[in-house]
Amino acid sequence: MSMLEVSDLNVYYGSIHAVKGVSFEVNEGEIVTLIGANGAGKSTTLNTVAGILRPRSGSVEFEGESLVGVPAHKMVQRGIALCPEGRRVFGNLTVRENLEMGAFTRPDDEARETRREVYERFPRLKERRHQLAATLSGGEQQMLAMGRALMSKPKLIMLDEPSMGLAPILVAEIFDIIKSLNDDGVTVLLVEQNARKALSIADRGYVLEVGGVTKTGTGADLLHDDDVRKAYLGG
Amino acid sequence: MGLLTNVINGVSLGSVYAIIALGYTMVYGIAKMLNFAHGDIIMVGGYLCFCAVQYLGLPPLVGVVLACAGCTCLGIVIERLAYKPLREAPSLAVLITAIGVSYFLQNSALLIWKSDPKVFPSVVKLPTLSFFGGQLNVSPLSIVTVLTCIAVMVGLTLFTQRTKMGKAMRACSEDKGAAQLMGIDVNATISMVFAIGSGLAAIAGVLLCSAYPTLMPTTGSLPGIKAFTAAVFGGIGSIPGAMLGGILLGIIEIFAKAYIGTELADAIVFGVLIVVLLVRPAGLLGTFVPEKV
Repeated sequence: MSMLEVSDLNVYYGSIHAVKGVSFEVNEGEIVTLIGANGAGKSTTLNTVAGILRPRSGSVEFEGESLVGVPAHKMVQRGIALCPEGRRVFGNLTVRENLEMGAFTRPDDEARETRREVYERFPRLKERRHQLAATLSGGEQQMLAMGRALMSKPKLIMLDEPSMGLAPILVAEIFDIIKSLNDDGVTVLLVEQNARKALSIADRGYVLEVGGVTKTGTGADLLHDDDVRKAYLGG
Repeated sequence: MGLLTNVINGVSLGSVYAIIALGYTMVYGIAKMLNFAHGDIIMVGGYLCFCAVQYLGLPPLVGVVLACAGCTCLGIVIERLAYKPLREAPSLAVLITAIGVSYFLQNSALLIWKSDPKVFPSVVKLPTLSFFGGQLNVSPLSIVTVLTCIAVMVGLTLFTQRTKMGKAMRACSEDKGAAQLMGIDVNATISMVFAIGSGLAAIAGVLLCSAYPTLMPTTGSLPGIKAFTAAVFGGIGSIPGAMLGGILLGIIEIFAKAYIGTELADAIVFGVLIVVLLVRPAGLLGTFVPEKV
């Protein structure tokens, strides 16, 4: 049975039909990526799974239970964390406080333990733990956003455009981190504009076009698919 | 000695403004709304304490606790019924609603307690302290007011900096969307801020009515507006700013009354506000966060 199963999802922004009948599934232990152009509905899909938006129709099931109607702030307790587009770290809170917020629903002693693990994964965050998050560089903020999402010990982490606006060397680092997270047992649902990178680490991918899924396959298959190459990988 | 007396009175009055301003600034920080009914919560706090002491014969301290508890509940109920349904509404709609709530509270008070001014029994019954052979007299109420203000400030600072709920409050003030992804219940956090602000307003109400012992349904209006001014003066959204703004406003008001004229005092207070905002549009301790595009 798949961990996350989304079927025939329809989401509207007012009268705009942003997600049109999207279906996909994520199995435990996988990295699954949703790729597609701007406006294809990738972020909207993630935000709907996270409970920020409500679907007009369709179902979202996580570990066999429906997520439709579950408020966003109840998702972390179910084991789902969303690392939102644009990082959205709390700039007026210190790095450490940001991490504490990530573990908001967990007891303090468990949170401390997880914080140690996050610091091991991101030593830079440990160095800067007393700094305000607003003073971090873009790459560091992305690491903080990911570390913060990990503080809830999610079974499924959803990453929305983690490489956005980062220098190529940092992009590579972020993707290495995603891979290592997955190796440690976290299931990953990744939305990316950088399709080449995303497909190269993904087990499976889905191509979204103006709101619907047009293609699906393993990461390697999609990397070598002619249509995908032309549209998203630059030929 | 006159100067020193004025400073003490100014700091004391400013402490009351500061406690009220904290409620304004915290609510603005998290809900991004100006709760113009906040001043009337002060008045309700005053009446609750008055009733407890005068009609029920309870000791003043119990009266303060009751007023605090009553206003805390009132704050939660007002937020729940009047403001929460407007969470996604344009800010102008929320502002008008707040003004409506303010009149609702004033008129309810008029209905319950009538328009005749009540003489408020001071909650501080200690002898006046004399220094320098009677040249400097300090009312114990001033000392209690200033000490309360310091305690509130220290308490709130510890709360927002050290506790998980306080940090969650700061997180919500900054980005509600991201905060809910952390598992923070944003609505509950906003409720909590209204509760704290209204509880503080009750304390301010009791201190204010003890210093100026006439209690009417409109008692809260002007101090409310002045405390709002203090919050803007110090930088709205900033807790230390509200504190600083309140105290400075109190000192300016008392000095203007003492050295320029009682009639002009309020005009001078607001004049200073205008000058400060011309020089520092975000207020003394406020920072402008540029909108990210």
